[in-house]
Amino acid sequence: MLIKLNLNKDSRFAPAPKAMSKRSVADLKPGERATIESFNDQLMSLKLLEMGCLPGAEVCLHCKAPLGDPICLNVSGYCLSMRRSEAATILIEN
Amino acid sequence: MPGRPALNRQIRRHAKHKLTASLSTSPILALIGNPNAGKSSLFNQLTGMRQKTGNFPGVTVDKKSGTWTVDAQLTATVVDLPGVYSIYPKSLDEQLVTDILANPAHPDYPDVAVVVVDASNLHRNLLLFTQVADLGVPTVLALNMLDVAMKQSKQVNSVRLAMRLGVPVVRINARTGEGIDSLKKAVMGQLEHPTLPGQLFFDPADGEPDLITDTKEHYQLTNNYLALQYIIQHDGFSFLNRSQQVGLDEIIKKHNFSEPTFQANETITRYKRIATVVSEAVTDQRPIGQPTWSQKFDRILLHPVWGYAIFGMVLLLIFQAIFAWAQPFMDAIDTGVAWLNGQLKASLPAGPLTDLLTDGILAGIGGILVFIPQIAFLFLLVALLEESGYMSRVMVIMDRIMRKFGLNGRSVVPLISGVACAVPAIMATRSIGTRRDRLITILVTPLMSCSARLPIYTILIALVVPSQRVIGLFNLQGLALMGLYLLGLVSALLSAYVLKLLLKTKERGFFIMELPTFKLPRWNHVGMTVYDSVRSFVWEAGRVILAISIVLWVLASYGPGNAIEQAETRVRKENATLANDDLQNRIASERLEASYAGHFGHFIEPAIRPLGYDWKIGIALLSSFAAREVFVGTMSTIYSIGSGDDDGENTTIRQRLREERNPDTGQPMYTPALAWSLLVFYVFAMMCMSTLAATQRETKSWKWPAVQLAYMMILAYVSAFATYQLMK
Repeated sequence: MLIKLNLNKDSRFAPAPKAMSKRSVADLKPGERATIESFNDQLMSLKLLEMGCLPGAEVCLHCKAPLGDPICLNVSGYCLSMRRSEAATILIEN
Repeated sequence: MPGRPALNRQIRRHAKHKLTASLSTSPILALIGNPNAGKSSLFNQLTGMRQKTGNFPGVTVDKKSGTWTVDAQLTATVVDLPGVYSIYPKSLDEQLVTDILANPAHPDYPDVAVVVVDASNLHRNLLLFTQVADLGVPTVLALNMLDVAMKQSKQVNSVRLAMRLGVPVVRINARTGEGIDSLKKAVMGQLEHPTLPGQLFFDPADGEPDLITDTKEHYQLTNNYLALQYIIQHDGFSFLNRSQQVGLDEIIKKHNFSEPTFQANETITRYKRIATVVSEAVTDQRPIGQPTWSQKFDRILLHPVWGYAIFGMVLLLIFQAIFAWAQPFMDAIDTGVAWLNGQLKASLPAGPLTDLLTDGILAGIGGILVFIPQIAFLFLLVALLEESGYMSRVMVIMDRIMRKFGLNGRSVVPLISGVACAVPAIMATRSIGTRRDRLITILVTPLMSCSARLPIYTILIALVVPSQRVIGLFNLQGLALMGLYLLGLVSALLSAYVLKLLLKTKERGFFIMELPTFKLPRWNHVGMTVYDSVRSFVWEAGRVILAISIVLWVLASYGPGNAIEQAETRVRKENATLANDDLQNRIASERLEASYAGHFGHFIEPAIRPLGYDWKIGIALLSSFAAREVFVGTMSTIYSIGSGDDDGENTTIRQRLREERNPDTGQPMYTPALAWSLLVFYVFAMMCMSTLAATQRETKSWKWPAVQLAYMMILAYVSAFATYQLMK
């Protein structure tokens, strides 16, 4: 069974928002939880999706490396590390 | 039904293949899975073949094959593939998996794919499984790490999983070998009657029917998902020729197909299906974010202060172990070889053959045997870091610093393995996804002091650095050794920085990496790693050293015409009044100088004079040009021939160097200035053919090994010159 998506108009792959209106995973504090809403960088999103960062998935900022970069994220039961700039492409629900 | 034609074709292909297989060849089994899912452990269980499996992503950088005796009639070839998260590769090592699975004509194309999954993280592990199954490869799912899942209070119902996925599912424990028999049955079943899931987990024809039909027609494909791989990945498919690749570009343009969007949709759809399957087959999902003990450890190991402090302590521990703990073992070997040498000289009749055996072969081999304890300690500690999972944490805390120098957190693994040997380290760079980061890492890794430099460091440090304790804790010689390693590291980072400025790129680097849970090291794996490294050091290096020692002994014992005899007569005439011992030494020295080797040494002496070296060191430099570990062996041979103690005295190479006098001043030859100049030279010098060959292989060009050789040699000469002139 497949879910047909109108991908070209899909809001999840909209260009980066102009203002800092949306919070991203990079803004999380250690221990804070959030739900992934969308991505603002398509190429990065392909890698993140494969690693289980799906829209609707709950994530928890596990810890930050010294100087806050890279960060470690708990997602779908395991720990994923990524750079702050990469985390900033994962937008979260408010 | 969209999946059917593919299925029929597969069955036909396999029926045909099996016929030939039973007659001549053996079936091929591929082990596929996420990094750290346990493929390599399973590979070892099946084949009994020794290989390294580390607990960080990307340790299997190339495929490995072995044979598995399934039963008396059937022997299968097992291919262990690098760990990947999906069929879309992110780096060079991952490309291999796609190259094989997308090309049924590939010699390693499997008859059965065993997808090894980590049962404690089923969702992400099953993503790859569904892609492999959709490509039409008969698949067996091996559920590994059920014990970990159990600890996280997850129960996996494998029967239900098998029904929902449509492939055989077996429960295994790759570490202990449990469940291998069931795996055997499942694999046999798939070989005899290949079955595929009734329909594709993701059928691209549902979203883009015309595109897929078009591609299948043009390229005689039957599998919809394989057709999609042709569309999305054809640039990386080496089995397609140029016009085929262009043809695919045209199909994409014609159908106005957006690859990234479609690929994102594929992943989301697959995860949706997987979520349904897992929710039916797995009970009691643990909520996310609850810190396990592994994650509590991370809070300390990634801490801004403690993280670096612990990493520093770990490095310090390694150097202490190499220098202090290994010392008693080394002394024992050293004196043992000297004793044996003395015994042989005393008991064998004097003559050229005895000289060759003692001064040539035994001196050269002894110079190498003595470093076994240090190399064993080094590989033991590096293997423990890799096995435990600590190496991944080091990548995380080092990424930001590494990025400043044009490297990547993943460069830490090659750099640290470079301390053991640059050749596997350069191969390990394949896991670095960014091309420029990878190239820079390859170019600077040989600056890390490898184990072949260790013998040189040890001998020279022992000559000029007193063995005393500072602050009651650290051995001064150990600190000097650490200083040399740091010099190598700092120069590697600075060279990387210069290369970063020189090599421009538009490519975006990325660092998305799984942090594996901490695991207890598998002691048998650690033991095998240490044993293999020591054995290959002794055998591989030993053979070269043996050959060079013999050649060198001949060159050092014979000279053009009767120059050697003339030299001896001259010395006897000029120094008739000298005591016997001194006379013998003077004669031996003059004979060496008159030999072929002496002529070589004198020939290059003008070039190395400014660095403080004489013609004897010149011989050692020349002979170690292809492999720096030869240096100590050569020195042993030269100083053994060049000294007159034929009376069987127990003299070690260190004593000989200490007793060596400068003919001009009469002072000890090995002054601190000379020793440090040599040390600095060997920190930087690119004296290893194997490394240059590895660079050539990995960069597929002669340009980069040439660049590497040139910049390292210039750096070595200039630094050694500066060191000698400043300290003189």
